[in-house]
Amino acid sequence: MTKPQTISVTKPVSEDLPEEKFNELESFIDHLETTKGALIEILHKAQDIFGYLPRDVQLYIARKLGIPGAEVFGVVSFYSYFTTKPRGKHTLSICMGTACFVRGADKVIEKFKEKLGVESNEITEDGLFTLRDVRCIGACGLAPVVTVGDKVYGRVKEEDIDEIIKAYRG
Amino acid sequence: MAGSPEKYKDRKKIQIKINDEDLTVPEGITILESAHEVGVKIPTLCHLDLHDLQLYNKTASCRVCMVELVDGGNQNRNKLVPACVTKAYEGMTIRTDTLRAINARRMAVELLLSNHPNECFTCPKNLECELQALAEELNVREIRWEGERMDYPKDFSSDAIVKDSNKCIYCRRCETGCNEIQTCGILSGIGRGFNAFVGPFANIPMVESSCTYCGQCVQVCPTAALTEVYHVDKVWEALNDPDKHVIVQTAPAIRVALGELFGMEAGTIVTGKMVTALKRMGFDAVFDTDFGADLTIMEEASELIYRIKNNKTLPILTNCCPAWVKFIEHQFPELLHVPSTCKSPHIMFGTIAKTYYAEKNGIDPDNIVVVSIMPCIAKKAEAKRPELTKDEHNNVDIVITTRELGAMIKEAGIEFNSLPDSEFDRPLGETTGASVIFGTAGGVIEAAIRTAYEWMTGETLENVEFEQLRGMEGVRKATVRIGDQDLKIGIASGLGNARVILEEIRDGKADYHAIEIMACPGGCIGGGGQPYHHGNHEIVKKRREAIYEEDRRKKIRKSHENQEILELYREYLGEPFGELAHKLLHTHFEERERI
Repeated sequence: MTKPQTISVTKPVSEDLPEEKFNELESFIDHLETTKGALIEILHKAQDIFGYLPRDVQLYIARKLGIPGAEVFGVVSFYSYFTTKPRGKHTLSICMGTACFVRGADKVIEKFKEKLGVESNEITEDGLFTLRDVRCIGACGLAPVVTVGDKVYGRVKEEDIDEIIKAYRG
Repeated sequence: MAGSPEKYKDRKKIQIKINDEDLTVPEGITILESAHEVGVKIPTLCHLDLHDLQLYNKTASCRVCMVELVDGGNQNRNKLVPACVTKAYEGMTIRTDTLRAINARRMAVELLLSNHPNECFTCPKNLECELQALAEELNVREIRWEGERMDYPKDFSSDAIVKDSNKCIYCRRCETGCNEIQTCGILSGIGRGFNAFVGPFANIPMVESSCTYCGQCVQVCPTAALTEVYHVDKVWEALNDPDKHVIVQTAPAIRVALGELFGMEAGTIVTGKMVTALKRMGFDAVFDTDFGADLTIMEEASELIYRIKNNKTLPILTNCCPAWVKFIEHQFPELLHVPSTCKSPHIMFGTIAKTYYAEKNGIDPDNIVVVSIMPCIAKKAEAKRPELTKDEHNNVDIVITTRELGAMIKEAGIEFNSLPDSEFDRPLGETTGASVIFGTAGGVIEAAIRTAYEWMTGETLENVEFEQLRGMEGVRKATVRIGDQDLKIGIASGLGNARVILEEIRDGKADYHAIEIMACPGGCIGGGGQPYHHGNHEIVKKRREAIYEEDRRKKIRKSHENQEILELYREYLGEPFGELAHKLLHTHFEERERI
């Protein structure tokens, strides 16, 4: 473990990364009892706040904690939960667990890709959806399952897809 | 017990058995550390133990040191354990020679090779690669699996280090060196699983990172994932251009390490053979960076005395080391007024070559090519710094490492070992003992003190060897009495140690007059461009002894008694630290981003 280093930290504020969000993150970090071993927790919080972990946010966290940027990036790149690309307004996840898969999740995701014009982990042009394929989410009785944000759609068939998209696009 | 590492000396003694040999060892020692005492060699790859530097890489990731832990006669309960991290306990029984252990070790290498680029013939680490050596040692005759290969582009972005992630075996020695010894934190494991490799933040090109190019990662990388930018071809091209006047200068630390590349004992002094080889290779003149070092002392000692007399910023920091300069620019930009403004010795030499030497010999400086042979990778990037190339001429045109010089000598078909000795050319070839010791940590400051002492007191310094300034520890503090004044000196080698001193200065806790900092542990003798030590730090110690021996052999051991240097000031530069000297021999630094 590299020794923490004290350096001056400035917030790399930009149009997409407003000061309030940095303030919220800073306040979160300042209120932690210790930052030792807290990097993953901080990254979770940062991703909650910003929606993703852009380069400037990662560097801000590194400088705030006095650890190398490479170390922060090492952790971000290790866990698939963390994303360095912006997310759409809604995360549209298709469960690719065994039960969902055998009941046609592969066809469902292909249809979503076609309708939304994106691949997995990409954001739609209108910024509304990020499409994700995820591991089993534990709702096997409803297979195949699609979630949009907190909302769960069960026993999804290819012909339901337009309806689901429409509910968010209006 | 003779070979037990120092750190276990107060531990309780226990009995263990390795391959039927009974052994008394201190509790807590690893199997790897115990085995050689009974004549058992366990191969390693990711493991690195440079205890002098407190550098231990213990990731236990390569599994090349697997041995069998034998459990009380029940064969089914035997298990394979990595020797590098498994600690001995009372009654432990180990076998390293079972079929299972031998196969496990061989398979670990086979698996590493299954997705390793199969290009040993053309690899820059050919015959220096630890993975290749293990394949031979463990008798790998077949690679039973053909794995998918990684396909990352090579990073040629910097002027110093080449990163070829496809050859990364994820031992993470570089990361340990960069983070723990140098505290630069440039390198980290990126990604996970099959495609994982070591690289900088966001995998940006090395040139955009805060890398100092110290090359310690290159020095410990077992494969060719990290190597130096290769400039040999440029040198041959220059040597074969009839319009060019190609001159070469050799750094102090080269002459005590070059011999290793030709099978000589570490610490063999090969100055004379090296000069002969360079002359045979066709250089128009063979000069010595030591001359530049003496010149540096003239300027630096003057600057030190000026700062003391005029109550200017103290301490003064030496800045011969370009990796160290880059470190302070990135990591401590608020302290950029503290280092001496002197250019580094080889850059000073380059400047003088293209001005004084060019004029004196009636050569158009545009046709002079200055080649520096350095123990260092950072010098490659230093020579490309805009402020050192901005005048009409580059101060130095090409920098190659000790290793590259060795490769050129072999390429030229020169039988190095049987060469007669030659002398450096003149007038930029006269050197002193003071300049030779630049090659080891503590040497620059000792050389500066030899001169400052006489200048400040007006007395002759009888004993030029300052034992208090010599030693292998990372941070050394010493006091030197000069006349009625005590000069407080700090010496740090290794950037982690430099950080300790810089933090003291920044926090106002330091009362030094002068500080020497070298990026590489031990100084230039342990540089990133030196022959690979493969984890054996004894080699670096022997080079150090040789440096002091070379100093003792010199008739003149103080920089200000170098007659050619005095002539240079008389004929051309004027006063040390004067106007022209300032224009030609001094430089500036700039704040850089920290990533």
